Amino acid sequence: MDNHIWITGLGVASSIGINVKENLSSLISGKRGLGPVQILDTIHRDSFRVGEIPLSDQQMMEILEIPTSRYKAYTRTSLIGMIAAREALLSSGSDPGDGVPTALVSATTVGGMDKTEREFSGANVDSGFVSTHPCGDSTNKIADFLGVEGYRTTLSTACSSGANALIHAARLIKHGQVERAVVGGVDALSKFTLNGFNSLMIIDPDECRPFDRNRKGLNLGEGAGFLVLESDRLAAKDQNRRMCRLSGYANANDAHHQTASSPDGQGAYDAMMEALALAEVTPDEIDYINAHGTGTENNDASEGAALVRVFGDRLPPLSSTKSFTGHTLGAAAGIEAVFSVLAIREGILFPEPGFEEAMESPSIRPLTQVEQGVNIRHVLSNSFGFGGNNSTLIFSKT
Amino acid sequence: MDELIEKLKVELIEQLNLEDMEPGEIEATAPLFGDGMGLDSIDALEIIVLLEKEYDIKISDPREGKDIMYSVASLAEFIESKRS
Amino acid sequence: MELINNVRIAGGQVHVRGEALFSLAEKDFRSFGRSLYKYLGISYAKFYKMSALSQLGFLASEILLKDHESSGLDPGEVSLVFANSSSSLHSDVIYQESLENKPSPALFVYTLPNIVIGEICIRNGFRGEGVFFIQENFDKEFIFDHAEELISSGRSTLCLAGWLEMDMEGDYLADLSLLI
Repeated sequence: MDNHIWITGLGVASSIGINVKENLSSLISGKRGLGPVQILDTIHRDSFRVGEIPLSDQQMMEILEIPTSRYKAYTRTSLIGMIAAREALLSSGSDPGDGVPTALVSATTVGGMDKTEREFSGANVDSGFVSTHPCGDSTNKIADFLGVEGYRTTLSTACSSGANALIHAARLIKHGQVERAVVGGVDALSKFTLNGFNSLMIIDPDECRPFDRNRKGLNLGEGAGFLVLESDRLAAKDQNRRMCRLSGYANANDAHHQTASSPDGQGAYDAMMEALALAEVTPDEIDYINAHGTGTENNDASEGAALVRVFGDRLPPLSSTKSFTGHTLGAAAGIEAVFSVLAIREGILFPEPGFEEAMESPSIRPLTQVEQGVNIRHVLSNSFGFGGNNSTLIFSKT
Repeated sequence: MDELIEKLKVELIEQLNLEDMEPGEIEATAPLFGDGMGLDSIDALEIIVLLEKEYDIKISDPREGKDIMYSVASLAEFIESKRS
Repeated sequence: MELINNVRIAGGQVHVRGEALFSLAEKDFRSFGRSLYKYLGISYAKFYKMSALSQLGFLASEILLKDHESSGLDPGEVSLVFANSSSSLHSDVIYQESLENKPSPALFVYTLPNIVIGEICIRNGFRGEGVFFIQENFDKEFIFDHAEELISSGRSTLCLAGWLEMDMEGDYLADLSLLI
């Protein structure tokens, strides 16, 4: 028996759909989920484009069949995570009560901030939000909701959080600590992050355009992406559930600046090379790259430089699906992992609507039209976070 | 102008957490970024915040700030030009 | 895996492998941190811009690495595995306060717990793996297991691992170990 990690379940909620089917449909039809703020109560609502899930917290509770009278116990972050994690578990056909050692590994950066900033006003504080504020709360809510009793853990490493959660889960399975993991990332929009990214002046007031010469910045988004990972032994019991493998992964530090990436993309380069080595896949075997591609001047130049260093002038088809969902921070790597698996499973190369003109150097040209019926053997997915935390994941068909 | 330059030195030290520095140590015409005082891109953003907070001047494109922020003197000149 | 050094910083006291190195009866971390920085004779102006959590981690790592022979060290093989319970809450509150006036980018930068990993890597040129877990209490076995995996798999030859907590009230605890 090999020590492979199989993906057997997917779940996703984002501004382009509340489940896998809706997200896939949007990706194929080019229907972007970026627009003015509708739900979040902020004075900036018309100043930015965001990737907001067009559902109120109450509506999400109805979807989850949780009495809305219990709204105080649930942050938006938790609700989004529960929707996606439940879909992942159901789609894998797994029953958490079957006695198989299962982990819940979740990543978030916002945590319960969405509720805290609404309810914390200094005076007359309803301190209910105090228990839902910590990052571990959404992990616990998700685990409890799914009935995952055993191992649960929370990571928080900025925009690479979800990838690091997948890496951690893969290691747990490889070392036999668990046989199955429900793993991903989730973040909700908040005024905290909207104001913060705005103060860094890296937000595009219009729809973002990753890798474009005239890009102006990112659009913030919210969502969750969860996957079910299984050991070889467990997945072998019903091979029809096996979608693809998580064949390679790596994390490396850029050691350059707290928020900006190095000009030659050293950290990104290291992460990609390390992941390829682990997967035993060469650059020319990669059939699709789901780039980090936030649309900021800095990331796209840096990631572009790193891509050229790894792939030379034989860059595979690539796109940044943040052009659909916005940058979902702690959820990004999870959502994009789901999209990467879908690319393999469906044989579809996802486009990047909004891209018009390539940067002068390096010249990166994302796909602008969807391509279907493609044999996709290996996908590389990048997620780079503040703090120089760079992660790469590689998914393989067989 | 000299008064403004001295005021800016104090404000920069505070806004940018330049703890170990005294206003007297900052040369008005010395480069703030790069090898000069070693300020970085986040400091540049904080100076933009300072300009808005203290001087009511809004800079919407960080790239605009490059020439303006070359030195304390150029910053003072820019502020003066906005006043008149 | 071998533990070759350990530093513990809490309540105004610094201990290295159990032995007292420095102490200051100072409730406020910022003042304590500044004094420790000066005591250690470090010259790194960026220290003053760091958040309290980042300063705590930075100082702990400087002490931890002080006598470690680092020539011949492949920077890509040094990893950092940290955890805490409050994430970046201490910085989050300070940044949140700035929202009443003008949001401060320099404060926002530190509203992520893993920035401290970035700061240590920038200072030392480390380019290996970095991960930050959120736990209710310090699960040392968990953290050390993670470090062990990185070392035994060959991914890392040196690992800084442990607990870096700075809570909302400014109560702090650093318990960092150097592992090979």
